[in-house]
Amino acid sequence: MKILLMGNPNVGKSVLFSRLTGVHVMTSNYPGTTVHYSRGHMKRGNQQHEIIDVPGTYTLEPTCDAEKVALQMLDSGDLIINVVSALNLERNLYLTLQLLERKLPLIVALNMWDDAAHSGIHIDLKRLRELLGVPVIPTVATTAEGVKELVESLTRAVSPDIPVRSRDERWVAVGGIINQVQRVTHRHHTWREHLADASVRPLSGGFMALTILVATFMGIRFLGESLINHLFDPLFNGLWAPLLNRISGFWGGRGFLHNVLIGKLLEGEVDFVQSFGLLSSGLYVPFAMVLPYIVSFYLVLGLLEDTGYLPRLAVLMDSIMHKLGLHGYAIIPTLLGFGCNVPAVLATRILESKREKFIAVTLISVAVPCAALQAMIFGLVGERGGQYVAIVYGTLLLVWTVLGFVLNKTVKGFSPELLIEIPPYRLPRLGATFQKLWMRTYGFLAEALPVILGAIIAINILYLVGLFEAIADAAAPVVTGLLGLPKEAVTALIIGLLRKDVAVGMLAPLALNTPQLVVGSVVLAMFFPCIATFVVLLKELGPLGTFKSFAVMIFTALTVGWLLNWAL
Amino acid sequence: MQIRSLNELRPGQGGTISQINGGRGMVNRLTALNVRPGSMITKLNDGFMRGPVTIELDRTQIAIGFGIAARILVAVEEPAV
Repeated sequence: MKILLMGNPNVGKSVLFSRLTGVHVMTSNYPGTTVHYSRGHMKRGNQQHEIIDVPGTYTLEPTCDAEKVALQMLDSGDLIINVVSALNLERNLYLTLQLLERKLPLIVALNMWDDAAHSGIHIDLKRLRELLGVPVIPTVATTAEGVKELVESLTRAVSPDIPVRSRDERWVAVGGIINQVQRVTHRHHTWREHLADASVRPLSGGFMALTILVATFMGIRFLGESLINHLFDPLFNGLWAPLLNRISGFWGGRGFLHNVLIGKLLEGEVDFVQSFGLLSSGLYVPFAMVLPYIVSFYLVLGLLEDTGYLPRLAVLMDSIMHKLGLHGYAIIPTLLGFGCNVPAVLATRILESKREKFIAVTLISVAVPCAALQAMIFGLVGERGGQYVAIVYGTLLLVWTVLGFVLNKTVKGFSPELLIEIPPYRLPRLGATFQKLWMRTYGFLAEALPVILGAIIAINILYLVGLFEAIADAAAPVVTGLLGLPKEAVTALIIGLLRKDVAVGMLAPLALNTPQLVVGSVVLAMFFPCIATFVVLLKELGPLGTFKSFAVMIFTALTVGWLLNWAL
Repeated sequence: MQIRSLNELRPGQGGTISQINGGRGMVNRLTALNVRPGSMITKLNDGFMRGPVTIELDRTQIAIGFGIAARILVAVEEPAV
């Protein structure tokens, strides 16, 4: 049996999904966390049920791509668990009635039951069951309260005989139900609500946003650097380096196997950044340079997501984002992009129009460096001085703004306005936040490590057969003439198609001066997406859209590289 | 009783939505969030530089872009300032 979890955005479907299946999925406190469905299984007796976590939707008349996914899933289900927020019963019941009209067996999970009680909302469960004609089980997905009853009640799911209504008739019906089952008692504003009001008010909200963003940035740097300086560097330098040097000595310091596994020696010693062997740079780059920043970035992002701050930021950024042809909610995919561009591109599904999607995806691919790339920029450019890191970020911010402005003026189509629900602030449940951090960290290692190691093998082989020299000679006019980089830098641009962190690492052995390193880092960040991003880009924009986006990327990367080369 | 656009309401002022002047798509999106004629709302905040207006409806906060807010007409008890 195929069971669909459906309901409004941000009612806790994904948390419930994890409870039912044991499969962990991303959960956050903002509408639109789930833009694609997840599958899991639940065993009940000797029966195996497939459970699908469907993206949230307010209505079965879809208004964006994420909602279209929800509608498509509906045709394949055998039973619906309609997750309903007890906090906003009226709005949620509209979808419930729409789902009931589809004549699929349905059961209602009345979630956030505890919050409703605290908020002075009283719901007459017995009457609600009678009026809807289906089982209604109060649940608190975050603590698993009611989940057992929900599972036991699945067999009682029914499809009552209800009329197909028009939109207005449905709202009238919802109003009728609400009048009979819900009673709200007055209560005072909580401190969280006062904070909620302050964070969207222009003045206090702007100040809060600035404070939070600065604190976020400093927090990420501090945590990332501490991990590197106090954990990973001592481990690699103290334990791993002597071992590698020994192995290298054993092999006499050369040979193909030596080059692939350990890499080139610098003054007779292994150099973790420049050697480029599988066991040297192949492990040091992902573990000691990138991983610490992945962990610190996703920890801080997870906290921002789970408190419910991000939709507030979207509200504050709305007028600025309109200048770029987007609306405020596009800030969420953009922030995700600072971790990894892949989920960022997928998250643009919460945007309503094709034009917005194109602009958002292009801006993310061009001007939003992922955490792995940023870690390498911090590592390599940071050595030459903080001001150069600032030049890299300043350039990318300028490109983001100017390119957005230009795309807004030139891309055809319309950009709708912001219309979002702002969830209440919540204290993050630390268990859930760390679970999410673990999923993202593990995801990074599982996806990045094989590609990084593969890239290093590829680099060694391409060097061995002399292919890189041939390409470097051919690309010399552009790379040297336009960007002022040595022609060997083209190898980094090519490897950038696989992984940008490895690509920046390849700039290290080239003995670049500081302006060259800045130009190289900026061009690598802007030029072409990595292969993983490319795949989702193609899926989200289609071949023509991807082609157009690429044209913009290559043109912008070369222009900006040339200007920087000239200016520095 | 006065009819004002959502943008013209003062923060803190409440009323009942009387009319939405928009195309099908816009009305669909608003209706799905229960923003529709007959809904009682309270305006919380004005947006900054033509930014979104925030309202409260059924204990939910909703941010509505400036352009959309201009097309939502609200019946209020007292004249807005």
